[in-house]
Amino acid sequence: MTGAATPEPPVEGPRTRLGRLGDFFDKRLGLARLARAALDKIFPDQWSFLLGEIALYSFVILVGTGIFLALFFTAGQTTVTYDGSYAPLQGVEMSAAYQSALDLSFDVRAGLFFRQMHHWAALIFMAAIIVHMMRVFFTGAFRRPREINWVIGLSLFLLAFANGFAGYSLLDDQLSGTGLRIGNAAVISIPLVGTWIGSFLFGGDFPGDAIIGRLYSLHILVIPLLIAVLLAAHLTILIRHKHTHFPGKGARDDNVVGQRLWPTYTAKALGLFFITAGVLALMAGLLQINPIWLYGPFDIANVSSASQPDWYVGWLEGALRVMPNWTLSIFGYEIPNPFWGGVLLPGVTFSILYAWPWIEARLSGDRREHHVLDRPRDRPLRTALGVAVLVFYTVLGLAGADDVIAVAFGLSLNAWVWALRVGCIVLPIASAFITFRVCKELQLRDGPAPATGQRAPGGVTPAGDAGGDEAASSDPVPGPAVEPLERLDEAKTPVP
Amino acid sequence: MSSRRSWAVGLLSASVVAGVVLVLVGTAAGDQQPEDVRALSDKLDDPEVIAQGRSLFERACVSCHGDGGQGSDFGPSLLSDGATGADFMLRTGRMPLASPVPQAPSKPQAFSDEETDALVAYVADLAEDRALPVVEAAAGDLVLGGELFRANCAPCHNASAIGGALSFGQHAPSLLEVPGQQIGEAMRFGPGEMPVFGEDVFSDHEMNSIVRYVDYLKDPDDPGGLSLGRIGPVTEGFAAWIIGMAALLIGIRWVTAKLWQRRTEETEVGV
Repeated sequence: MTGAATPEPPVEGPRTRLGRLGDFFDKRLGLARLARAALDKIFPDQWSFLLGEIALYSFVILVGTGIFLALFFTAGQTTVTYDGSYAPLQGVEMSAAYQSALDLSFDVRAGLFFRQMHHWAALIFMAAIIVHMMRVFFTGAFRRPREINWVIGLSLFLLAFANGFAGYSLLDDQLSGTGLRIGNAAVISIPLVGTWIGSFLFGGDFPGDAIIGRLYSLHILVIPLLIAVLLAAHLTILIRHKHTHFPGKGARDDNVVGQRLWPTYTAKALGLFFITAGVLALMAGLLQINPIWLYGPFDIANVSSASQPDWYVGWLEGALRVMPNWTLSIFGYEIPNPFWGGVLLPGVTFSILYAWPWIEARLSGDRREHHVLDRPRDRPLRTALGVAVLVFYTVLGLAGADDVIAVAFGLSLNAWVWALRVGCIVLPIASAFITFRVCKELQLRDGPAPATGQRAPGGVTPAGDAGGDEAASSDPVPGPAVEPLERLDEAKTPVP
Repeated sequence: MSSRRSWAVGLLSASVVAGVVLVLVGTAAGDQQPEDVRALSDKLDDPEVIAQGRSLFERACVSCHGDGGQGSDFGPSLLSDGATGADFMLRTGRMPLASPVPQAPSKPQAFSDEETDALVAYVADLAEDRALPVVEAAAGDLVLGGELFRANCAPCHNASAIGGALSFGQHAPSLLEVPGQQIGEAMRFGPGEMPVFGEDVFSDHEMNSIVRYVDYLKDPDDPGGLSLGRIGPVTEGFAAWIIGMAALLIGIRWVTAKLWQRRTEETEVGV
């Protein structure tokens, strides 16, 4: 920038063309203050705070690869005769959607790579969201004032889940049609209104000729837009609240200890984006995913054994599979079996998850603000409960693959299903008990939990003392110099 | 450091689990060509061969199938099996049975080819049914075979022919190692839980087409990288966690590693 400087004596304001352009906007919009505040934002340096970023970058990659796929995909259910380059299906009648997915796989340059990258990114997106939610749950990061962000985050999870299922169902191959059929069965199992909702969603009986087009609008427009809006809210609230941090290193409820967005954290975040993109590109190039050409076009009369959903839907599939064969009649209305595992279980699951910050506040009586995180061992009951819930849904997820596991390990499918029925009750209880004991033992080994919300012994300068209001100031005691991480100040790390 | 070691151990054990999941039971048996089958058909009514088969049968089979193949408490009657059933059961090694199990597993053929031919001739003679399908996969139609396979075979054997679970410890075996002739015989005979797909269901041309498609599935024109066993979303999900998430977790540990903290501190101090 200084290369364009003229030898004139220094004058007020910027001397370069770029500088003057910046000054023009700054004088009118006040951008410098916003930029400085944003670039000065402090991020605690702890690996688990980057889990959500993996999800964020996966979403960016999903949008990018999705735009490429949308250029070639046809969301139509009209019957066409395949004449592409995959010989074993030449001359077979199929839907336009399936044909265009085959073309993407065999006849569009780099099409299969982008299809596979999109699909791997979706699987990683869901995995990263769940691991991020686990971090938030086990460290108590959902407590006041972050309840709203917990609710938004959970909504993002549900939207991502729905969009994953919609994407899986779009291709109209035998596997996706089977999944859609199960989804349809769960919807129409809702008492009283199920059949009506089902024919509203599918435009009549399954499969109808509308569902692929509807799912496509949802998949590429409505749900991504909702995700983008909620994501923006999620991050804005995160900045507004400032970051939480773990106890130690001078962390208190009224400060944030970490590194600034610029330059250190920018480098780290960009680096992590490229790591995420690199891992997904490697998986897309090296590991085959969803070989739809082997599954064939969807035919309502066909089904293949071992038809599973993508992993994050596995717990619902498993719930349908382990549920005993009960149907109930209430006032003459029959409640079909898929209702229990396919509707009631997710309904209860997500209701409890949405309400959890308030449930816990009521149970613990703790309604104070918290910015310093709990270590999981210091909240043994919450940790034990969380582990039990995770074990429960993991067992259900394995139940969703019960036939594959039975064949792979030479087990009797019937015996295995009974083992899973017992396991999904016994294992969560056992793991909760073990987790509780482990937490207690770790506490004994550690001595008392580090005090939170109070000055750490010796005192340290709160983070962001030069960066606006990152540190809320009730800090008259100057600590012994500064923590090494906090040596950054504007003179040394100028904001451009 | 110890946390890094535990990451490595976790990754390693997870990979082992994934490897075990990928392993599916395969079958192996001698491959019969159409001319072998025709040669066998020609000697099925040879009295000498039948007599040789009877003497073998009386040594090796009577204890379960009874004197004369009428069956006993320990094994079913063979009076209606005919040449197809006998050839299938003996050549896939399913008979003789090593121990009583819900489903006879395939294993290496127990008798020599000549002894097997003789036993087939004897059992065929019991039923007066000497018909043997002659599978000529090359004469089949790949596309037709694919359509018939997905509609009739994939429900148990899976669209990738890797096999699948049935109830009470039985399973539809993987077809990826099974020679074409035995697939044709299984369709005509219907061993175990498998339905009989007789000539009134599938013509010989349709049978040949299905076998041709299964032969194709043994080594499909399969772009996209390592196939992960063609088991579908189950192995894909394991791969997403064990390979993808593991790599990314290592990535965020690396990005936030102490190594970098020290280096950034040093640069800042030096300024």
